[in-house]
Amino acid sequence: MPARNFASTRYSGLDQITAANAGQLRLAWTFSTGVTRGHEAAPLVVESTMYVVTPFPNLLYALDLTQPGAPLKWTYKPAPALAAQGVACCDLVNRGAAYFDGKIYYNTLDAHTVAVDAKTGKEVWKTKVGDIGRGESITMAPLVVKGKVLVGNSGGEFGVRGWLTALDAKTGRLAWRAYHTGPDKDVLIGARFKPFYSQDRGKDLGVSSWPGDAWKIGGGGTWGWISYDPDLNLIYYGTSNPGPWNPEVRPGDNKWTAGMFARDPDNGEAVWAYQWSPHDLYDHDGINELVLLDLPIKGQTRKVLVRPERNGYVYVLDRQTGEVLSADPYGYITTSKGVDLKTGRLIEVEEKAPLTGKVVREICPAAPGMKDWQPSSYSPRTRLLYIPHQNLCQDEEAGQANYIEGTPYVAATVKMYAGPGGNRGVLTAWDPVGRKAAWEVKEKFPVWSGTVVTAGDVVFYGTMEGWFKALDARSGKELWRFKTGSGIIGQPVVYRDPHGKEYVAVLSGVGGWAGAVVAGGLDIRDSSAALGFVNAMKDLPQATTKGGMLYAFALP
Amino acid sequence: MPLRYPKRISGGCHPERSEGGETIRARPLFGSFATLRMTSLRLWMLGLALFACKREHRDFYGLPSSAAVTKPPVREVELVPGGVAPADSGPGPYEENAYAVSQGKTLYNQYNCSGCHFQGGGGIGPPLMDADWIYGSRPENIFETITEGRPNGMPAFGGKIVTDQVWQIVAYVRSMSGLLRKDVAPGRDDAMQVRPQEQSTPKARRVQSAVPKSAELP
Repeated sequence: MPARNFASTRYSGLDQITAANAGQLRLAWTFSTGVTRGHEAAPLVVESTMYVVTPFPNLLYALDLTQPGAPLKWTYKPAPALAAQGVACCDLVNRGAAYFDGKIYYNTLDAHTVAVDAKTGKEVWKTKVGDIGRGESITMAPLVVKGKVLVGNSGGEFGVRGWLTALDAKTGRLAWRAYHTGPDKDVLIGARFKPFYSQDRGKDLGVSSWPGDAWKIGGGGTWGWISYDPDLNLIYYGTSNPGPWNPEVRPGDNKWTAGMFARDPDNGEAVWAYQWSPHDLYDHDGINELVLLDLPIKGQTRKVLVRPERNGYVYVLDRQTGEVLSADPYGYITTSKGVDLKTGRLIEVEEKAPLTGKVVREICPAAPGMKDWQPSSYSPRTRLLYIPHQNLCQDEEAGQANYIEGTPYVAATVKMYAGPGGNRGVLTAWDPVGRKAAWEVKEKFPVWSGTVVTAGDVVFYGTMEGWFKALDARSGKELWRFKTGSGIIGQPVVYRDPHGKEYVAVLSGVGGWAGAVVAGGLDIRDSSAALGFVNAMKDLPQATTKGGMLYAFALP
Repeated sequence: MPLRYPKRISGGCHPERSEGGETIRARPLFGSFATLRMTSLRLWMLGLALFACKREHRDFYGLPSSAAVTKPPVREVELVPGGVAPADSGPGPYEENAYAVSQGKTLYNQYNCSGCHFQGGGGIGPPLMDADWIYGSRPENIFETITEGRPNGMPAFGGKIVTDQVWQIVAYVRSMSGLLRKDVAPGRDDAMQVRPQEQSTPKARRVQSAVPKSAELP
């Protein structure tokens, strides 16, 4: 799985590459994917094969790690519908594959899930789970839990109705589907549902927290990360922003968007839920990674989940009950004043709420939040969470919302720009117990790549200019860097080859929402292009060009 | 079949007005006021009519009926065997009508064109303010793109938007890359300004140059 383990720590126990020798890393081999859209996926290593999923058209390559240069074993082409490109909000990305029981599972942009025989590359099954005609697409990496493939839909900018679906890993048949808006029976809320806070208790809140039938086109998809606690037998995952972005047309808490669920993976039953941003004002999707840790809090070891949230706070929640134990800012925030730990509610700043026909300025963090999809990693050795994120603010004017099925449902004009300091990206090493940053590294562009940390106390990440960097996990000191061909927005992985040697690999290929200006060839004269992200990235086309290449590094 | 555009009611007031809109003659505003007291209501009305004639020409009743606009020919290529260059069919039906172009701008936003192409810079769909045209820059090409869709994500809006409005959107889309006269292209925004005005966008005319997304597939 892309997150390395069910707890989503992205921590590798390999220790050949260390802070002392990382400076000697050399390029070992490369592989061109032939695709030049944003490469967000984590390469997956299973035994002696590496599997690489590309952006649309979502090719799956199998590379033979037993041979020098890792030659291609086979390619699987799912041939997704070309029209799916018209319902992908933020470039044509794919975040990777999962392995289970001899098969590789992943999703295609046109809302299908496929199972491919890991040895032969033959398709085992392919299931249509969503409909691009309704604006649904899939970009997330699935997670396989107890023989069920968990997938969710993207389309918070297209007025979809969000869901998480479990497919039988053997057959691809639907096991259960839980919607994130609508009546309790659709959301799979029943007798076991015990949310911690009172505002989350009541019948059919997924209907009554919306005006009229707005819940039917209210967004709340799942396109981020899922974690699993085998002891509690609970899966944890977040839900996306409500639609449209213009908050004035959807008064109410808009449940269960911009929040998260704890569910039983066997039947999908909801056990608890929480909303990071009830009645979300800024496209602050709640889909980021949930890192499951057992941490000492006030003298007790608590089973928690740590979430660097888009709205700007690192949350620590009790993962058994859903209680917010702490929420601390990890960057510059003007939109809220904190989180009320009594009610669990975000304390919003009224004058920063978007209004129809009025330009509201200095909204920080901007729509992509303090941090978007790009996953953090946690080292049990340093007890730090390595958070790749951005430092962006925006001006916004909400507008007229017209729902036309299969077309965007946003109704806001946005113009993003760098936050205080001018650096648009940051890598923050966060101490979740001390509730403060240990150190941070500033980057010119948003750090849109994931991070990985190793037992050798090295943190790897990439920049949108194309630098792949190794930092000392304890001090943040840069140990090594390599310039790849295109900007890096992928998830680096650390693996051991069949001969026992440690490698670090990453996909280079700029794109994603942040890099759409390059991947989509956008015109920088329009500040509102790509939902306003282009205004903050006008100099990216000078810094990098399109690409699609896998790089693997090792010690000499 | 040749393309039949709706009949344009040609403005007869001041045909000498230049394309750039720089030589707009002085309007007899003060003169009209000076004689106001002495003239009869009829004369005053005449003056008003003359004044109105000075104003920008608007074809309120010149809108084409759906039947008047036949399905346009598709011609996306410049290469013609035998070397006979295809005749240019000229401007679209509303390209000299500022009111219609302005309507096109409103419709462009209301039909969610802006959801993908934003204010011309692109995002989900390609930019519309630059010189690159994947499926052709001629009015008929753009008409067909809107009504029939294109394979790489452009939805087919045919049957969903009435033909007149499609032509208004076509005219507005062409104004985004400076293909319309400056005095016809919109000069202001109703919402937060995010791009240079259409009327000050430099003309970027290349019929076709961009690689369609499908050709990028490995």
